[in-house]
Amino acid sequence: MRPIRLAWLFFRIGALNDLQYRANFWLQLLQSAIQLGTGLAVLGLIFSQTPALNGWTGPELLAVMGVHILMGGVIGTVIRPSMERLRSDIREGKFDFVLTKPEDVQVLSSVREIRIWQAVDILVGFVVLGIAIGQLQASLGAIEAVAFGVALLIGALMIYSFWLIVTTVAFWIVRIDEIAELFEGLYQSGRWPVTIYPGWLRASLTFLVPIAFAVTVPAQALTQRLTPDTLALAAAFGVVALVVSRAFFRIGLRRYSGASA
Amino acid sequence: MTAAPPRLVSPVRGLFDVYVQEAKIAIAQQIQYRAANYMYMLGMVAEPVIYLVVWQTVAAQQGGSVAGITAGQFAAYYIVWTLVRNINIVFTPYGWEERIREGQLSAQLLRPLFPIVEDLGFFLGWKPVVVLLWLPIAFFLALVFHPVLNPSPLAVAVFAVSLLGAYLIRSLNQSSLGLITFWTTRVGPVFQLYIAAELLLSGRLVPMQLMPDWVQTIANLLPFQWTFGFPIEALVGNLSTEQLLGGLLAQLFWIAVGSILVRVVWRFAVRRYSAVAG
Repeated sequence: MRPIRLAWLFFRIGALNDLQYRANFWLQLLQSAIQLGTGLAVLGLIFSQTPALNGWTGPELLAVMGVHILMGGVIGTVIRPSMERLRSDIREGKFDFVLTKPEDVQVLSSVREIRIWQAVDILVGFVVLGIAIGQLQASLGAIEAVAFGVALLIGALMIYSFWLIVTTVAFWIVRIDEIAELFEGLYQSGRWPVTIYPGWLRASLTFLVPIAFAVTVPAQALTQRLTPDTLALAAAFGVVALVVSRAFFRIGLRRYSGASA
Repeated sequence: MTAAPPRLVSPVRGLFDVYVQEAKIAIAQQIQYRAANYMYMLGMVAEPVIYLVVWQTVAAQQGGSVAGITAGQFAAYYIVWTLVRNINIVFTPYGWEERIREGQLSAQLLRPLFPIVEDLGFFLGWKPVVVLLWLPIAFFLALVFHPVLNPSPLAVAVFAVSLLGAYLIRSLNQSSLGLITFWTTRVGPVFQLYIAAELLLSGRLVPMQLMPDWVQTIANLLPFQWTFGFPIEALVGNLSTEQLLGGLLAQLFWIAVGSILVRVVWRFAVRRYSAVAG
């Protein structure tokens, strides 16, 4: 329970901090609106040419978009801020301050920064999802809803593991700022079901950068496409990712020598 | 002993030397950070690859083509896109924001040189490095997505010139936007609106033929399509000679508009500048 209490504490600090800058809420809202608008424009263009994309109808792709925005909000609120802080702390030698605290280093490094205004995307994602579900023909049962929730949680944990592994590289290579850009670019691929991509790309987006598990699988749960096998595979791979990322982080930790005076 | 008097060169020659030196600095710096450069580039290439896959999927479903564009032509469009996008990387308004907020501009104002000249030279110098790093990516994409293009020699020549035009138009427009930071320290919202407009009206998102007519009409009145759509179409679109040369003229027109705009805005903007300490 200690990690959760710690996360809650940092969440409160982050919230208090961000509440000082309320204009940022409106900026974030504008940014989300622009992204939503361009996303809808693309969907409109595609469905003016074809009735379905690789078997996915308009409302189904809207559901994918909703999950994509929602997961993007989760990443922007809780995952990326802490990881970017970790990266810059390692580079500047401020990581000493984390190491000297009597807490698990990985837990502490992973919950230190929260950006609450980014959570606007989580809300927008839910709204888009709600509209998409309203348009879907098949109704949504309790089983699908639970499967969706589970898939979403597994997906978020996988994305977290991915970010942790990539950020841990900072112990060896100092300048990895561009990794954030690389991830942002790749994350855009999640706006579409990964099944449309050619095999090599689909495999990379599933096992190398787990965007398939983070976005497509939860969307499959909502659109009656998810088989128990896929969900089980996601769970197994999620556990592997968590264990591997933790092990890698500990190896990286040994490389840290501090840079402060 | 008296110091040798400064050697006088003509203003044009002097400006040319400045460009050359800025370019040399950029080349040295960017080669030093080639790994970072590559990550940045790979992140950027994801964007067109996604569009390409989506439209190739649509084309396959519609019996091979969408609005007259075949899968192979889509591949050509979006692969050339990656080069045009790389050439189109310019100093962003966020850079201006930092420059002004942190007072870096003070030092630049002391030099007898228009700061935007430095930016133009520096980013131009980055380009050879970028193109070098881009070649393997283009080769790989061509291998995977099978582009179809057969440009005439004139089209190739116009394409090459239009890259410079696109670079200048985008640089000048973004510099003007950047100057907004003399009034506000938050240029983000304006810049994001600008990028959204560019996405939809330039051919960056989809070839302009796929857009509804009214969108194309709006695009014709704005500079955006001369920075993405035109250079790409020049190489892959089988444009007529009039279209090719007319496009270059249009670019020239927007370069002139951009230059005038940047100078006018600068005159008002720089009066507002005040730095805290140095």
